[in-house]
Amino acid sequence: MSRRRGAATRHWLNQRLTAVALVPLGLWFLIALLRQPALDYATVSTWLAKPLQALLAALLGAAMLWHSMLGVEVILEDYVHGKVFGVSLWLARFVHVAAAVALAWALYCVAGPGA
Amino acid sequence: MQAPAERPLSPHLQVHRMLITMVLSMMHRVSGLYLSLCSLLFVAWVAAIAAGPSAYEFAGRIFSGIALRLVLAAALAAFWYHLFAGIRHLAWDADLGFEGSAPKWSGVVVALLAAGAFAATVFLSPAGRWLLGAS
Repeated sequence: MSRRRGAATRHWLNQRLTAVALVPLGLWFLIALLRQPALDYATVSTWLAKPLQALLAALLGAAMLWHSMLGVEVILEDYVHGKVFGVSLWLARFVHVAAAVALAWALYCVAGPGA
Repeated sequence: MQAPAERPLSPHLQVHRMLITMVLSMMHRVSGLYLSLCSLLFVAWVAAIAAGPSAYEFAGRIFSGIALRLVLAAALAAFWYHLFAGIRHLAWDADLGFEGSAPKWSGVVVALLAAGAFAATVFLSPAGRWLLGAS
């Protein structure tokens, strides 16, 4: 598999852009979570059901899973070779896409119009 | 046979002397990989909320075990380290912090900031006290 021209540069740039987005998004989520008086269902579901909180959680999930995929790809390139590389890369991509779909669905259930 | 990636690959560690900058660089990778795994826990947490109160309480009981609380505490430590070390990497990408001993002392600063932020979030928040098993 020879990569398209410029793909490595785009990979590098996307990793940095998602990193910059993750600084405020990650800090928001962690601090908001730690500031909750308790972590019981009533508290966290009320908090996450607010439109802005759900939107920020969706943005965090997208940036985090994308950044994660780019990072895992680099690690696989460094340490996994031969046929296993292709399989592991496909598996990593599948898990990341599945996680993104699951997160979108779960957030829709928590904060969507029917919730 | 896979074609080599179009970028320099990971260096051969055996030919270098061990330096603090190397240790921190490896920790950035290890913490990032660990956070990748823990991002699935974030998805599972939101899914548990979506699944309703009884499913959420069930998941909460599983995660209050000591082993999984340690997993979450390690995720918190990895988060702070990867955040500060990542900001240091972004500064390097902007060509800042390469002169003289800057990489060395900025590495020490990153480690201290991560340790301080970890301690503060564990000891000063309700969720942190839950991690410690206080409630």
